Amino acid sequence: MLRAIDLPEALAQRLMEMGLVPGSTVSAPFAAPGGDPRVYRVDGAEVALRREMAQFLTLETPEDPA
Amino acid sequence: MSPRSALALPAACHDEPPAPPRGSKARIVAIVGPPNAGKSTLFNRLTGLRQKVANYPGVTVEQHRGRVRLPSGDEIELIDLPGVYSLVHRSEDERVTHDTLLGRMPGQPRPDAVLLILDSTSLARHLVLAANVLSCNLPTLVVLNMGDELRGRGGSLDVTALSRQLGAPVVLVSAARNEGIDAVRAFLAGEVVRPLPIALPALQDVPACHKWATRMGADAGYRAPAPPMWTRRLDSVFLHPVGGPLVFLAVVLAVFQSIFTLAKPLMDVVSGAIEGSGSWLAAHLPASLLRDLLVDGIWAGVGAVVVFLPQILILFLFIGILEDSGYLARAALIADRTMAKVGLQGKSFIPLLAAYACAVPAVLATRTIEDKRDRLATILIAPFMTCSARLPIYTLVIAAFLPEQPLLGPFLGTRAAALLGLYVLGFLAAVGTARLLKSSILRSERTDFVLEMPPYRWPSFRQLGLRLVDRSKVFLHRAGTVILAASVALWILANVPRHDGQAPPIAESVAGMLGRTVEPLIAPLGFDWRIGIGLVTSLAAREVIVGTLGTIYGIEGTAESVGLQEALRMHLTVPAAVGLLVFFAFAMQCTSTIAVVRRETGGWKWPAVQFGYMLFLAWTGAFVANRITAILLGS
Ligand SMILES: Nc1nc2c(ncn2[C@@H]2O[C@H](COP(=O)(O)OP(=O)(O)O)[C@@H](O)[C@H]2O)c(=O)[nH]1
Repeated sequence: MLRAIDLPEALAQRLMEMGLVPGSTVSAPFAAPGGDPRVYRVDGAEVALRREMAQFLTLETPEDPA
Repeated sequence: MSPRSALALPAACHDEPPAPPRGSKARIVAIVGPPNAGKSTLFNRLTGLRQKVANYPGVTVEQHRGRVRLPSGDEIELIDLPGVYSLVHRSEDERVTHDTLLGRMPGQPRPDAVLLILDSTSLARHLVLAANVLSCNLPTLVVLNMGDELRGRGGSLDVTALSRQLGAPVVLVSAARNEGIDAVRAFLAGEVVRPLPIALPALQDVPACHKWATRMGADAGYRAPAPPMWTRRLDSVFLHPVGGPLVFLAVVLAVFQSIFTLAKPLMDVVSGAIEGSGSWLAAHLPASLLRDLLVDGIWAGVGAVVVFLPQILILFLFIGILEDSGYLARAALIADRTMAKVGLQGKSFIPLLAAYACAVPAVLATRTIEDKRDRLATILIAPFMTCSARLPIYTLVIAAFLPEQPLLGPFLGTRAAALLGLYVLGFLAAVGTARLLKSSILRSERTDFVLEMPPYRWPSFRQLGLRLVDRSKVFLHRAGTVILAASVALWILANVPRHDGQAPPIAESVAGMLGRTVEPLIAPLGFDWRIGIGLVTSLAAREVIVGTLGTIYGIEGTAESVGLQEALRMHLTVPAAVGLLVFFAFAMQCTSTIAVVRRETGGWKWPAVQFGYMLFLAWTGAFVANRITAILLGS
């Protein structure tokens, strides 16, 4: 799950408009050879980001509350 | 408080348009939508060939305008605005869209109505833009596109319910399959009605907009379609750690190869037609100055450039297929790491590939690069890639000075190797310059690389065809203006001053004097005044030098003719010939490129810097190449 985006306002808003809103479930199914950039899938949309940018996204694995 | 109070915050559209008079019809309608929602498809559907591409004054965003004829016989002007996710303007595209909707674009009247195109398969995301557009309070039709895909993948929604919630009419269409387009035409033909006021979220607060959009969708019974299975299957091949790069290489090689092999017969046909019609004119017109101007000046000059049309169209066809199918985004992803090594990024890859045909479309293709520095760096290095206009002079000089011998058995001869070497030279200059730029004036801490991966789709032939027609128009327009003017000017300069009604010997013409003026500057490179004229005239376009040398040596100027090669050998030493090749590899001899760089960078500064830098490199490179060759030959 995407917790927070720690990037400049304008850039963060751009990512959010593309679907990377905090609270959404993100997976990373594909990557370029070498593992960077990586494709992030959220809500049916897929967005590729370089590691230098993706490192500012806080992702967390949801704990199973049960 | 009014339901629109949220708009008191910084919002997209903060002023109300004047109320349309009752019963008025729309005259100007804007198409707004996120990238890849199908704006151009719908635009082409509605306008067909009745459209033109223009540039907004002062910005680098291309503008498509077209006319729609209504059943009543009236016409509506349709404007295809750049793709945006919101109207909170940060990028140039967003600013243009925002300002146009507000009527703040200079020289552009405010649209009377909006067609808002959203992709129905990503409705929850795309409705965010609806909040932005509805806040402008312009009469709006919400067009949910890709209806065929939504249905095909098992999604659905209640259009009436969504329309009620948004306070604006909604239609579900498929632009590609021409389904539901009549409803769009009916909207255009009808009276314009402002949307009913509804509560909108604060537009700056993107998460709130998302919540709003998701709720709107859910309340309209939106059932999201199943994930695009084919896209995932294809991506597991095209983005496979090993398979991906292999496919990528194959695609690049295929494009590269077809630019040459596929284009060759077509180019032969075109050049045959030009030569044929030229000699027909020469034979059928009475001998006169006008005939000479027409045949030797215009036909030879403009013809030399029009020959490249097939090559350029083939390149655009390939790029169009790659783009519309969705593969281009994957190619950019795969190329990103390699490009990063020279300080660039994956999105620079496509323009640089295009530059092998011609730098002009390459510079236009840099528009997809959001990062300003990377875009500028790509524009600045694109003219180093070996474009097709360099081929005539390369082949001429190589054939004149290098005897053909097998190097690698039947696979590679000396001449092909020399040509390949020139390609590598241009590529190295591009890479070196990119490094230099990105480690100095265009240095950036972080590259804003955000690349959306669209689902794979079948490209539509109609779309591709319209685009090629569009490109041909642009290209032929240039041939009919810039290159026409240059050819006429050269012909006149080579024919004045006249003595007793006779053209002067070329050395004494104005063109000849021009050549003599630059001679001292190029003498260190081993070039005489004849080459000097060629260098001056080829400022218009590189390939012009071959025709110019032909005229100057007083013989028919084709790269294949032995006569011209013979003449070159008489006037040029081997070291000077090598220098000439290097000069052409580096110099920015192309007015079209200079013009397009000026337009895309918004001023003369960058093209001037670029021209100066490339000229400096060309002169130095030619000088060094000359010296080294001379030493190697022991002379
Ligand atoms: N299946 C389907 N594909 C479509 C439809 N409309 C457009 N496309 C495809 O979607 C892609 C993007 O369309 P385009 O018009 O270029 O989008 P734009 O970026 O908004 O101008 C192209 O490959 C189109 O062929 C549609 O109604 N159904």
